Amino acid sequence: MAAGVAAWLPFARAAAIGWMPVANMPMPVAPSEKNKRQDELIILNVSGRRFQTWRNTLDRYPDTLLGSSEKEFFYNEESKEYFFDRDPDVFRSVLNFYRTGKLHFPRYECITSYDEELAFFGIIPEIIGDCCYEEYKDRKRENAERLMDDQEDNKDAKLPNMTFRETMWRAFENPHTSTMALVFYYVTGFFIAVSVITNVVETVPCGSSPNQKEVPCGERYTVAFFCMDTACVMIFTVEYLMRLFAAPSRYRFMRSVMSIIDVVAILPYYIGLVMTDNEDVSGAFVTLRVFRVFRIFKFSRHSQGLRILGYTLKSCASELGFLLFSLTMAIIIFATVMFYAEKGSSSSKFTSIPASFWYTIVTMTTLGYGDMVPKTIAGKIFGSICSLSGVLVIALPVPVIVSNFSRIYHQNQRADKRRAQKKARLARIRISKTGSAVQSSAFLHSKRNGLFNEALELTVRPDQRLSKSTSLLESQHHHLLHCLEKTTVSEHHHRKFCLSNLQKNHEFVDEQYYQQSYLEAGMQNYPSRSPSLSSQDGVTGTCCTRRSKKHHKPLPNTSAPAHIPPLKHTHQLGLQELSTIHIQPLSTSRSSLNMRVDEQAPLNCQSSQITTAIISIPTPPVTTPEGDAHLPAGPAHQNVVKVSAL
Amino acid sequence: MCSPSKRTQWREELQHFRKDCGFSKKVLLNCCLVRRIITLVSPNPKDSVEDELELSAVRHRPEGLEQLEAQTRFSRKELQILYRGFKNECPSGIVNEETFKEIYAQFFPQGDATTYAHFLFNAFDTDHNGSVSFEDFVMGLSILLRGTVQEKLNWAFNLYDINKDGFITKEEMLDIMKAIYDMMGKCTYPVLREEAPRQHVEVFFQKMDKNKDGVVTIDEFIDCCQNDENIMRSMHLFENVL
Repeated sequence: MAAGVAAWLPFARAAAIGWMPVANMPMPVAPSEKNKRQDELIILNVSGRRFQTWRNTLDRYPDTLLGSSEKEFFYNEESKEYFFDRDPDVFRSVLNFYRTGKLHFPRYECITSYDEELAFFGIIPEIIGDCCYEEYKDRKRENAERLMDDQEDNKDAKLPNMTFRETMWRAFENPHTSTMALVFYYVTGFFIAVSVITNVVETVPCGSSPNQKEVPCGERYTVAFFCMDTACVMIFTVEYLMRLFAAPSRYRFMRSVMSIIDVVAILPYYIGLVMTDNEDVSGAFVTLRVFRVFRIFKFSRHSQGLRILGYTLKSCASELGFLLFSLTMAIIIFATVMFYAEKGSSSSKFTSIPASFWYTIVTMTTLGYGDMVPKTIAGKIFGSICSLSGVLVIALPVPVIVSNFSRIYHQNQRADKRRAQKKARLARIRISKTGSAVQSSAFLHSKRNGLFNEALELTVRPDQRLSKSTSLLESQHHHLLHCLEKTTVSEHHHRKFCLSNLQKNHEFVDEQYYQQSYLEAGMQNYPSRSPSLSSQDGVTGTCCTRRSKKHHKPLPNTSAPAHIPPLKHTHQLGLQELSTIHIQPLSTSRSSLNMRVDEQAPLNCQSSQITTAIISIPTPPVTTPEGDAHLPAGPAHQNVVKVSAL
Repeated sequence: MCSPSKRTQWREELQHFRKDCGFSKKVLLNCCLVRRIITLVSPNPKDSVEDELELSAVRHRPEGLEQLEAQTRFSRKELQILYRGFKNECPSGIVNEETFKEIYAQFFPQGDATTYAHFLFNAFDTDHNGSVSFEDFVMGLSILLRGTVQEKLNWAFNLYDINKDGFITKEEMLDIMKAIYDMMGKCTYPVLREEAPRQHVEVFFQKMDKNKDGVVTIDEFIDCCQNDENIMRSMHLFENVL
């Protein structure tokens, strides 16, 4: 719950009196406020800077350090204040979180130090307010990428014992690691270039024999070109197979883009070999040769810029899609308009709307070939509008793509620069560390070891207690919701419907349970109860005939909005209402949660079952107005208390 | 939302203006007309800027602590605590209906509390000026938390009587009931049927409407509630809230 709203809880509870005359059922008992202290100011001394606040302010978030009793560990008896040896600047944000309920991320702060402070004070960063969350996430991502880059650099280092396979893979991925790898890199690059040039030159018309028309070189020097092609393909095949052998995860390698390009590059040759010189398939064969141009994509292993371009296009897929979509829309509109505008003129090239598409595209991209031009005045007007709007539509998504490209490119530049500077930096650090005399270094060494041991003991913090007492605020809020449930009563059902279970009041359930129970099963009687909770099964035998409905799910203990199903048992004669109400944690998933202690109104039967996380709270039974004294012997019920520690 | 108060503000300003500068009435009317035309024609941002200025200019300071202490049944310390919480959430000193709905809705995340919050707002806004000041707030709370049972029932009746005519009709009750059931939201167990509020209203009227004339008057209401144990007990439920 937001901090400020917590202050309004008394008002909400008071306003609940508005439901009372309407309710037909008795209200649950309000949680008592034991030892209600007067609010007091407490002093938080953070590295010398004193902050003061009300104790209640801190109690708003009981699952953080300051809100729980964990802060007692930092209490300083002599000065009667809580001393924290942390950064006072970041503490400002932390304390403001308690005051206003919103956590802000100051821009000048380093992201890692901020994270550390938040972790220390037990606040999850997901509750940073919307105003600062973008910034936080961006910075975090940048930082993570930077760290990843640093880690990747470490990967370059040769591990002591690498198998031949691993060495080969490393050589393939990082050509600058060994001379052989570099040679291989350049050789493949050379052959890719040769192959591409061959494909291009193949189609150039070479000299012609006097009686024939010009033939392309490919048909004139068939054998030579075939040999070249064979050589290139052999190199590429060998390279592909070697990569396949060396890849740590062959399946993943085969799925990667680069390997697919490799395969597509060499496949046409093999298919051409296999296929006979059949007239029918020669058309298809020609098409396959087109795929040979994909060999040029193999250059992307050799050029980082190309890879960045590809990555940019992939990351800007949505902008590109938008561009395409808006262009298509505009093309269709203008083509239609031009078609109808030019319909009147004679010998118009705008024979149909699809024919006008070509004109529209050429005009919008400001190419203007001139093979189709409007002749009517209306056509010319719309044509000019078309060209103007084309410029606009194309210019819009382009800056986004450009900025993305620039960001990624600069990132890569930075990575390279950092790698280059790293050696120098490490050397400098080493010098400064070993600057002191030899004996002091030994002393520091031993001291560091001692400290390390100490730190070990301290870091084992007292584990979160299983059964945490929930805050008064939470229990009051839950009581309020409980009252609301009791107010919205369904009809009193006749007593003759003994065998069926009819609910008396509505309860809050969570989405999942609701969907499961109702949209699938309908309101049927649920047959069995799960035996996992030790229940007083035997006792039901003595009760009057009714089927009890039990729904039990295992105790959730996540910090996400956990679903807790209602566990409900009704007595037909409408005398007792037992409901274990599990109210969904009220805060959103971005804030910290605490689940409540359920209150239960048991019958006179023995009800206390205590397991590690299940506690029953006996409260006096409440009878409905029409109660005869026919109280059945205790039906089984579950008093379930779900507590969670975060 | 602000137009009635804006109009009165203009009128007041106009009156002062007239007095100060001795313009004729006609001239002023024309100015008013011109102003109206301009506001009609000009785009919304201008309006919202004026609205914002107005809202930020509204700073309501409550009456003194002693006066409030005299008027309500809260002690000084309790008033201090209440005001601190109030001011935290509404720094301008008054709550308008939107903020009220937002605050109330936070307590009932699963359902839609806005309708009920609307009725609640009207119940707290005793002078019907569209906003709840701290005095209204505290007076209401004083009745709810420290009032006699009679006063509480009176307050509840006032809440249910939407048009404040002294009678609760079935339609009014149905509206209130629907608002309450809306707060439960969709995911309940068992499923809330469409006619659940209506049935509930029938039950309510059966109980309360003694002379079966289709409306519940304040006397019938209070009588019936005083005879109902549950209701009587629940009235005392929230007494230790503050």
